[in-house]
Amino acid sequence: MEILVCVKRVPDTAENEFELNSEGNDLDRDDLVYSVNEWDNYAVEEAIQIVDNLGGSITVVTVGDDEAEEVLRREMAMGANNGVLLSDDAFDGSDGRGIAAILKAEVEKGKYDLILTGAQADEGAGQVGGMLAAMLDYPYASLVNKIEPADGKIKVGREIEGGNQEMNEIELPCVLSIQTGINEPRYVGIRGIRKVASVEIPVKGAGDLGVDAGSVGEAGAKIKRVDYFVPDLGDGAEMLEGSTDEIIEKLIEKLKAKGGL
Amino acid sequence: MTQIFAYVPFKNGVAGDVAFEFPGAAKKIDAGASVTAVVSGSGADLEKVANELTKVYAEVIKIDNTALAYPNAEIVRKALTNIIPADAIVLVPHDTFGMDLAPGLSIKLDSAYVADVVDFEGMDGTTLKLIRQELGGAVSTHVTCNAAAGAVITIRPGAFAPVDGGASGAVVDKSGDAGDLSAKRTFLEVVEAEVGDVDITKSDVLVSIGRGIEDEDNIEVAQELADAMGAVVSCSRPIVDAKWLEKSRQVGTSGQTVKPKVYMAMGISGSFQHMGGIKGNPFIVAVNKNPKAPIFQVADVGIVEDILDFMPELQEAIEEL
Repeated sequence: MEILVCVKRVPDTAENEFELNSEGNDLDRDDLVYSVNEWDNYAVEEAIQIVDNLGGSITVVTVGDDEAEEVLRREMAMGANNGVLLSDDAFDGSDGRGIAAILKAEVEKGKYDLILTGAQADEGAGQVGGMLAAMLDYPYASLVNKIEPADGKIKVGREIEGGNQEMNEIELPCVLSIQTGINEPRYVGIRGIRKVASVEIPVKGAGDLGVDAGSVGEAGAKIKRVDYFVPDLGDGAEMLEGSTDEIIEKLIEKLKAKGGL
Repeated sequence: MTQIFAYVPFKNGVAGDVAFEFPGAAKKIDAGASVTAVVSGSGADLEKVANELTKVYAEVIKIDNTALAYPNAEIVRKALTNIIPADAIVLVPHDTFGMDLAPGLSIKLDSAYVADVVDFEGMDGTTLKLIRQELGGAVSTHVTCNAAAGAVITIRPGAFAPVDGGASGAVVDKSGDAGDLSAKRTFLEVVEAEVGDVDITKSDVLVSIGRGIEDEDNIEVAQELADAMGAVVSCSRPIVDAKWLEKSRQVGTSGQTVKPKVYMAMGISGSFQHMGGIKGNPFIVAVNKNPKAPIFQVADVGIVEDILDFMPELQEAIEEL
């Protein structure tokens, strides 16, 4: 099985407190900690397990700048065989559709049976997988939390409401977006990182991919982020302050009044 | 005039809650827009839902076909692409079905796509202004969408107030226009969630833990606080993903729906998927060391502390009562 996994370098929500820059139009990015999008690690782990069982190879791809190469190396240290960086100034400011169009061009350069993405990334849209599938006319399933490959087809479980799971059979090639919890992504040690440190990662721009620069990037985007804003602290909640003892005293009174004790 | 179509999912003959939230969302896009509901399915359930929707929509399009009996996103997409004008605005719920359907629908309609919208600031010519959240709700963004060639927009469930009646619409049967409904994806079955050893839906008080618990061994600390309060331990998704607690303990849209009197959100950031599992307006206490955690926007009481220090102290104080 030849598998392509689309990954993304994102600000780590567990490691950062997000502040606005002095102009108030973007995040203050100076001290942000970045990492691989959490969902993508599950997608790469799933690809590794499939290839361990059936043979084949895994390519990880990302659209980004030079720094995005670090997430490709991390996923290669995890077990992906190849990495490809899709990078061009013309790609800057792409909306989800633009990113999907860039990825489509790379998919068409190869011969993949299965394309995996994370269920969502930092923007929370969960859009690229479904768009990519529609552009390629491949079948698609989102929020996948179980995969059982069969001959020329694949059986997938999708997460639906209430803890239930929807089972589908899908023809290959297909695109699946992978939900967390499908597996336990393996630990990546420093030895693994060192092993792939000097592997060459090809970089492809709009010209290499045959992508019309005007159809992607800011020029091609139908969706534009104007600015960021952070809602005020305690907008909804009454914030309890003081020493821990004082806070606990106030809290206990409230819990008694509301039936919590 | 802006044409808005709202795709309404339903289950067991009952329209999803979001059906009654779409009209409010549409009004904020353009108060003068024509708003049409679209339902697809098969048989009596479909008929029932279509009739129910005429109370809140001026027009309800019905697409009846046995291929649509189960909402397979690939088949629904094909039907909608043949029935909805490509330059319209299409509203879809941002839930597990909407996420499956909407991105691909936008490509097939050659429309703009905006996901998980929480508010609209109206149309400026053909530019739609709206508000989204990013980074798990940690930041909000103003976004513009060029809707000149149409737009597909998923709406966050619960983000808009529901309407109650106000229309006396008619059902229009467009089953004949659905076109080819073959698919490369086949629905097999729904596997129901397993029942766990503890039923969190029955408890009046929940001590619910999230990432802030840091380590599996620390769950004991939450269990001891819960014991002192006569409560049950529930959790958010990362705890289940890490296999520290079983799925039946998970609160959220993909987990259990709970209706406690008091909900203690301990080290939980408060993503909308998590909050979507909490109904009945309980008293929410949020403890989180990150003062910017989105949970503080929805909690009744907020406390900025490390739960691993706070929970044992609270437990001790409760035991001394």
